[in-house]
Amino acid sequence: MTDVRPMIEVRGARKFFGPLEVLKGIDFSVARGQIVAVIGPSGSGKSTLLRSINHLETLDGGEVWLDGVQVNQTLARRPFERHINSVRQQMGMVFQHFNLFPHLSVAENITIAPMKLKGMAKADARALALKMLDKVGLADKIDAFPARLSGGQKQRVAIARALAMQPKVMLFDEATSALDPELVDEVNLVMKQLAAEHMTMVIVTHEMRFAAEVADRVIFMADGAVVEEGKPDDLFRNPVQERTRSFLKKFLNG
Amino acid sequence: MDIALIGRIIPVFVQAAWTTVQISLLSLVLGLAVAALIAGLRLSHLAVLRFIGAAYVSVFRGTPALLQIFLLYFGGPQLGIQLEPFAAGAIALGLNIGAYMAESIRGGVLSVDRGQMEAARSLGFGEGQSMRWIVLPQAAKLMIRPLGVNAVALVKGTALVATISVVELTYTAQRFIGSTYKPFEIFAVTAVLYMIMVYGLTLVIDRLDRAYAEEA
Repeated sequence: MTDVRPMIEVRGARKFFGPLEVLKGIDFSVARGQIVAVIGPSGSGKSTLLRSINHLETLDGGEVWLDGVQVNQTLARRPFERHINSVRQQMGMVFQHFNLFPHLSVAENITIAPMKLKGMAKADARALALKMLDKVGLADKIDAFPARLSGGQKQRVAIARALAMQPKVMLFDEATSALDPELVDEVNLVMKQLAAEHMTMVIVTHEMRFAAEVADRVIFMADGAVVEEGKPDDLFRNPVQERTRSFLKKFLNG
Repeated sequence: MDIALIGRIIPVFVQAAWTTVQISLLSLVLGLAVAALIAGLRLSHLAVLRFIGAAYVSVFRGTPALLQIFLLYFGGPQLGIQLEPFAAGAIALGLNIGAYMAESIRGGVLSVDRGQMEAARSLGFGEGQSMRWIVLPQAAKLMIRPLGVNAVALVKGTALVATISVVELTYTAQRFIGSTYKPFEIFAVTAVLYMIMVYGLTLVIDRLDRAYAEEA
């Protein structure tokens, strides 16, 4: 019997930015090994939702669970710090603007977390970095500095950096939105490869074609709420909601 | 122009300049320590700590440094704080420049892209660890120039302690003018000595700046 407990579960997630309600009670769950793509117009709250999964955004209401552990539990400041740091080690996050550490080499970008947080020895960490870089096709850049890399290479290093912590899930926040069009594919390829390895992933994206190709399930969000969700084939070909239809039409025509 | 006078006073003035260097260095060390503390307060999550930091900066930047020196040296004894002129001068200057340097440090930290902290936190680093390993190394580079400007201002600002009779360069100049009535020669020598000190300091700052620039 496989573990049927969801890997990620979000219940009634609510979030305000000042008077603006950006998440209006979101429920969704991601099964082990499942790949969920979250699409929707700018300002729909999809990035906020993703960021609240690893508590980069603090929810004003609702719960987030990772593999049976509540992420946003109520604790005193210090115990919560310890709790959230350990939870975050189990979730890899990839940002739109890569956020590589510019003062560190590619190797150091990848090894700093395993060394400082897991006490890994330097040689082991470097071997791990090499393995992760090999996965993203950049083993030859191990001693380069981020400034010397293209956008696509930076994002692949950022993925390698997240993978080096051996996370249970990977969160992608518009990982290819800041890239020149010709560099998008190399990053998508790495993500597809992760999908083939059954990594649990939540992908916030503007790329409908990629979402259709890689996701098991697509969630369409608008104005802080989930409008519709389903298998990519159903959602893209036969959207039920008018809001989904008009959004997809704009995309397909544009 | 009394060249002979210049030749005669130089050894004494170099000695006085050495006192200026000493008081500058002491105030600089004190100022940096104060600045690190105040910048830390100003960047804190706790409103009360932020307020204390902000209050410190407004008080020390919002009043004349000369007044701060007087307050400590002349007003201190009333509170039981009895200090030698040199110590009072160094402490007052350090507390004063600390307010300016705190803003330079804070500016450096705030100039580091927010995404750096987020990326570190997302890997599982705590707030302090993220600061230490990710944000501060990048901020340090951005602080060197502004802190250098503060340090240059400090060296020139040491002239103020002449007013509480610390025998540094400006005090010595005034004393010699009283006895020789040759203000031009004496102030010219004094100015050249200040310029040499400031030039030396800017060379150090340039070196630090380059050393950090090469690292990235």
